[in-house]
Amino acid sequence: MIKDITLGQYFPGNSVVHKLDPRVKIILTLLYITALFIVTNFKGYIVFGLFTFIIISISTIPHRFVFKGLRPLLFIIVLTAFINMFMTKEGVILYGIGPLVATDKGVEMAIFMVLRLLFLIMGTSLLTLTTSPILLTDGIEKLLNPFKKIGVPAHELAMMMTIALRFIPTLLEETDKIMKAQMARGADFESGNLLKRAKGLVPLLVPLFISAFRRADELATAMESRCYRGGDQRTRMKQLITDKRDYIAIVVMIALIAALIMMRLL
Amino acid sequence: MKQEMINAIKVDYTYESQQQDIPMVLRNININVKKGEFVAVLGHNGSGKSTLAKHFNALLLPIGGVVFVDNMDTQDEHVTWEIRQQVGMVFQNPDNQIVATIVEEDVAFGPENLGVPPAQIRERVNEALKLVDMYAYKGHAPHLLSGGQKQRIAIAGILAMKPACIVLDEPTAMLDPEGRKEVMRAIQKLNREEGITVVLITHYMDEAVQADRVIVMEQGQIVMEGAPRKVFSQVAYLKEIGLDVPQVTELAYELQKAGVKIQEDILTIEECIEAVAKKLKGNK
Repeated sequence: MIKDITLGQYFPGNSVVHKLDPRVKIILTLLYITALFIVTNFKGYIVFGLFTFIIISISTIPHRFVFKGLRPLLFIIVLTAFINMFMTKEGVILYGIGPLVATDKGVEMAIFMVLRLLFLIMGTSLLTLTTSPILLTDGIEKLLNPFKKIGVPAHELAMMMTIALRFIPTLLEETDKIMKAQMARGADFESGNLLKRAKGLVPLLVPLFISAFRRADELATAMESRCYRGGDQRTRMKQLITDKRDYIAIVVMIALIAALIMMRLL
Repeated sequence: MKQEMINAIKVDYTYESQQQDIPMVLRNININVKKGEFVAVLGHNGSGKSTLAKHFNALLLPIGGVVFVDNMDTQDEHVTWEIRQQVGMVFQNPDNQIVATIVEEDVAFGPENLGVPPAQIRERVNEALKLVDMYAYKGHAPHLLSGGQKQRIAIAGILAMKPACIVLDEPTAMLDPEGRKEVMRAIQKLNREEGITVVLITHYMDEAVQADRVIVMEQGQIVMEGAPRKVFSQVAYLKEIGLDVPQVTELAYELQKAGVKIQEDILTIEECIEAVAKKLKGNK
């Protein structure tokens, strides 16, 4: 059961969006977020929403998956709406209970902010939904490469991410095993107040940590045996290739930004 | 000299070199592994066999004596990586030696470290996966594979580096019987068909039987060495140092003790059946 969790939220597919060079995709996502802050009126949001909708459709990812990403952030979205609605003091008062006063400007502000958050989350989850963790790591490594000169450990970061991804299922499985072993010995993980439960985790965490350190040690030895000596002189089997579709995607994104700027100025 | 893959001369080793009077983990070890040979190292826990294995690819350096790998001294830091490319090492726990989240990416890890051009890595990866019969799984996630499959992936990861020798440190200890068979079959194939030198550290007697030569270790020393048939005929001595013999060899030994005249150097079930059948016919 605990073993079945999926890594990240990658949704395998064969669409153009999936096939884009991960480097390009990361940059496009950053541009998308930037573009989001250019928009200041409803017309802009309509264009933006349409654009997002089209991209999601092209990616062949079921819409509910994209919306599922919103759920954990629901609280923040509601809170943002609430604060914006009641903290804006300008405009005509629409409704008010005591100190909580909603103005028309406040409502508008709240809608804008919520939309902005929604698009922000949807755009970024589209990146993680269409890019496998490995490609994402590769992309980040390559994008950070130029910053190596100023001391950004690009390769090391990517390697750490890969290993973390690799060991998440292994450690989960182990957690499950230790939990069952401790439960068989009478450990109780489910009842009692918060403090008691936290204390109950000790017999789970101690063996887990010890085992994780042992694993790390063995993995390091195995990596050394396989001639691992850091990122220098290392080649990669899978090369990232920037294709025609990547350039088209960049052009489309620039067009969107240009359109949004125009709409703001006009 | 040219025929030697690994040559250890008077090797001493201890993990705590600072203190005096610490018992040596390895004492005066002399080993000579020829190219293309299949050597099994036997010994129970704490006999120093894993420590010895780590000397063969310069993970550990001897305190006394020298280890040569293909005529390269393991003490020489300039050739460390060349030695590790020549002598691949497979460890006990398959989970703790797989680096990547996809099978083919993991197999590619070694050649990537060596700086092999991308197109060639792809070729090597495919070849290595085919050799261990795991080509069909190249796009799988390792954590969903069985222990035997994972261990074969680990072996493929070493093969992709094109080593002349593979040292396997109890590769089957954590596997189920089916997984053990799979891995042993792969090892046999590499030795017989690819001509790769194999050093197999194990405590399973039936695995040691498959080797050309068996080395028995006890308390950091080599106590016996020779063809499996010769080594396992010393049933009484092996039992004395806490090791087992293959079950059929033991059966023959017990029969001998009970007064049945049967040959003592039986290693396989087939041999045993034949010998017992002959005996029974002879008695009629």
